[in-house]
Amino acid sequence: MTQTATFQVYRGQANPEGGLPSGEHQTYNVTVEPGMVVLDAIHAIQRTQAPDLAVRWNCKAAKCGSCAAEVNGKPRLMCKTRLDTIDLSNPVVVTPLKAFPIVRDLVTDVSWNYEVNKTIQPFTPANEDTDTWRFSQEDADRAQEFRKCIECFMCQDVCHVLRNHQHKPTYAGPRWFVRLASLEMHPLDVADRVEYIKEKAGIGQCNITKCCTEVCPEDIHITDNAIIPLKERVVDRYYDPVQWLFRKFSGK
Amino acid sequence: MTQHFETHTHDVLVIGAGGAGLRAAIEASAQGASVALVCKSLLGKAHTVMAEGGAAAAMANVDSADGWQPHFKDTMHGGKFVNQWRMAQIHAQEAPDRIKELERWGAVFDRTADGKIMQRPFGGHTYRRLCHVGDRTGLELIRTLQDKGVHSGLDVFMECTITHLFKDGDRVSGALGYWRESGKLVLFKAKAIVLATGGIGKAYKITSNSWEYTADGHAMALKIGAELIDMEFIQFHPTGMVWPPGVQGILVTEAVRGEGGLLTNNLGERFMKNYDPKRMELSTRDVVAKAINTEVKEGRGSPHGGVFLDISHRDAEYIKKKLPSMYHQFMELADVDITKGPMEVGPTTHYTMGGIRVHHETQESTTVPGLFACGEVGGGLHGGNRLGGNSLSDLLVFGRRAGLYAADFAKKQPMPITDDTQLQAAIDELALPFERQSGENPFAIHADLQVMMQAKVGIVRRADELQEAIYQLERLKERANKCMVLGSRQFNPGWHMAMDLQSMIAISETVARSALQRNESRGGHTREDYPGYDPLWAKQNSLVTSNPDGSIEVGVIATPQLPEDLKTLFDAGEVEKYQG
Repeated sequence: MTQTATFQVYRGQANPEGGLPSGEHQTYNVTVEPGMVVLDAIHAIQRTQAPDLAVRWNCKAAKCGSCAAEVNGKPRLMCKTRLDTIDLSNPVVVTPLKAFPIVRDLVTDVSWNYEVNKTIQPFTPANEDTDTWRFSQEDADRAQEFRKCIECFMCQDVCHVLRNHQHKPTYAGPRWFVRLASLEMHPLDVADRVEYIKEKAGIGQCNITKCCTEVCPEDIHITDNAIIPLKERVVDRYYDPVQWLFRKFSGK
Repeated sequence: MTQHFETHTHDVLVIGAGGAGLRAAIEASAQGASVALVCKSLLGKAHTVMAEGGAAAAMANVDSADGWQPHFKDTMHGGKFVNQWRMAQIHAQEAPDRIKELERWGAVFDRTADGKIMQRPFGGHTYRRLCHVGDRTGLELIRTLQDKGVHSGLDVFMECTITHLFKDGDRVSGALGYWRESGKLVLFKAKAIVLATGGIGKAYKITSNSWEYTADGHAMALKIGAELIDMEFIQFHPTGMVWPPGVQGILVTEAVRGEGGLLTNNLGERFMKNYDPKRMELSTRDVVAKAINTEVKEGRGSPHGGVFLDISHRDAEYIKKKLPSMYHQFMELADVDITKGPMEVGPTTHYTMGGIRVHHETQESTTVPGLFACGEVGGGLHGGNRLGGNSLSDLLVFGRRAGLYAADFAKKQPMPITDDTQLQAAIDELALPFERQSGENPFAIHADLQVMMQAKVGIVRRADELQEAIYQLERLKERANKCMVLGSRQFNPGWHMAMDLQSMIAISETVARSALQRNESRGGHTREDYPGYDPLWAKQNSLVTSNPDGSIEVGVIATPQLPEDLKTLFDAGEVEKYQG
């Protein structure tokens, strides 16, 4: 028996005069096939009903992080959201990530993220002679957890500091705390990014609600393993009374 | 006329920001060139992220007997000795330095017990040679290059598609493209251009490739006079997912077999013993893909038309550690727990061995000065079949070289002139699909192209089917020339497809016609009507050139023969067995 699913997909575009984008949800019916994912349905709509439906995607295997959108209000990678995990008796609502400006349909402007990355001091080893480098898998593991990040930006999307309060200029967001953690916890990195983490990345604004961890498709423990250790580094530097006294008298 | 455009001027324009393009851009910038890096997707999303198993480099961290010579020999064997030997030599010699450089830039590879970069076995590699990060090596590589690139002073143009290259006399002068977001045109003027646009997998129905793999670089280069070689050699990776329908073709990394995965048919037989008893599952990809194809054809396949691949005899925690994305991919997309039971797998279109013919040291096109090519769009390194792991090392080694020599070329040359006639012709071509009042949906034509190429120019080929394919491609070309696009230019996938179709059809023709003329079977090209090696074809490569009217010529060019010092690396009879 063929089953049909109804999709309500946001169609709209940025307002060239500024202000709110103009758009509305449009309804499409799609024939459901075994194992079908939301991205398959979007492609089916594109192929048969709306060739100008804008969507980002690349690998279709949850490795590139391009196809993040909100499915029934929750950020998801469309390529790994199976229709048989969704209640199809109601329309499936697909909207672009809310925390970023709409370009068109399901495509948002995520360029701000790339600007943040430019401000982060890159990997800085003490010596450049890799032939002498030795570190254990256990040490590698800590950095590798963060390096799994596929930059889908769903953690940025759900972070209330970005989503509800639009604190972008003063707050880097979970993706960049993960990047910072990957550098800070690289066994051979010697750079000091603590001031940046406090002042520029604004880590104090995070109140560890763990929304980012919940949506991470790579199961990175963003809050526990990245953000909290970084917060601890800031606390040790700026709020530890012993260090405070040391700084006061040493003039550092 | 050019003043009406957004126009950018650089010493070096790099088109494509996968591993090869990023590495080229970083190098050109390090040489002091001003560099534009243009990519169709967001930065860091290119197909390199899909590379899983590792990068081949004879570091000798695990097997001390390894060195550039064994790697060179394995690469030549994998390519069935129609590789350009000098590229294979450079590749084997320079790969270890490129890996060390990545580590210096922050890549975190898996480690050996004594703290060095870990290396795993892979098909066709004599020694454990693949530097890796679980099964997400490509992500590590592209992220490392991306983060390096961000601090290299590159001008990055994301979500911008280049559609035309221009020339000033013989040399390249620039390129025209459109912003995917707005549909507005953008002109890039440059002294040198590096193509790093990947392959042509999207011309096939079952493929591991993303939407970006539409043959743009091959097609643009051919159009302005570059030569293509080895276009008949398409790699069908033995293991793609076969079920459910939506995931058909998605890659199942060779690392599953590298870590001990076994291939069986529906009789429970390890069938590779009938095809390559010595190397079994770790035979080269061409051999394993054909073996699976035969098993399925002869009725010994799995329920969904593949074979079984089983790693569940290994410890569940080990599997999750070394093959995490395979574990998740099968669990989430196919309801299969690979720590408990077998996967179903079958061949998937994966890689284009053929590409732009280049000078072996510099990666510069043999016929168009100032045009460079690296990574999958370049031709010659892999010959008839690429070894797993040799792609990531290829794009590092030759990406760097392309960037280096492109910057060098730019230093010595004045800025070329952009020709208004060429520019206007390109602008008109881009506007055409919107001007038609009726016509087909370009996605429908693409679907037909994919089915046709899969059926007629697939793993096993025949003269009559190839002739039929060439005929069908003419019909598809006519349809594509009449397709219609709805909506505006703003982020319009239908329009993008209409343009991409032109490239895919043009390059599919080079594949079909090269395949028709090679009357033998070798590597990624198998002819049912010519099943063995032919001595004539052991010494020549297919060569495609274009005529001024846009038609193409398919011919041959002699394969450079090994010099005496490299010949001595091989035992008597080793090379001869590929000569039929």
